[in-house]
Amino acid sequence: MTDTLAMLAIFSGLFFFFSGSIGLLRLPDLFSRLHALAKADNVGLALIALGVIILEPALINDIKIVIIWLLVMAASAISSHLVARHALRENRNDD
Amino acid sequence: MMSGGASTSILTIALLIALNLLLLSLLIGLFRAWLGPSVEDRFTAVLLIGTGGVAMLLILSILLQITALYDVALVLALLAVVGTVALTQSESNHD
Repeated sequence: MTDTLAMLAIFSGLFFFFSGSIGLLRLPDLFSRLHALAKADNVGLALIALGVIILEPALINDIKIVIIWLLVMAASAISSHLVARHALRENRNDD
Repeated sequence: MMSGGASTSILTIALLIALNLLLLSLLIGLFRAWLGPSVEDRFTAVLLIGTGGVAMLLILSILLQITALYDVALVLALLAVVGTVALTQSESNHD
């Protein structure tokens, strides 16, 4: 039962990772690519971390995984903001 | 190699499949680093690979029962945002 739940969470996270990478490949410009990247970063990693938390018995490691997930969410938001602002400043003259 | 690993063999096989699919997803995202016209486009692929690397390390630590890999995932999550700050700040100081 717990294995099934964990597998469901991990494969749902894989779906979001695939949609993120396909969106990174297919979407037309940088800002929509950042939008696709945020899906893989937040929801994909959250579901995979949830599956690993279900499988991991030790509480201290569960807390560590939650810390990793929070750190990745903050890092994803900061990175997207910095990259988008950098691109806006660089390409101010065209389109 | 995986004798002390996950509890059932079905779970082990499913985790291996998930790991390979995640690697395939990162490979799809890597095409953007090859194609991308601007530096920011290439860097979105780097961010995706950073997050995907964290997810792969989480699955690997469950699969191999090596809890030190959580710390590696923590460091990898930190390095992605350090790389972003280095890229954006160095180029904005440049011009």
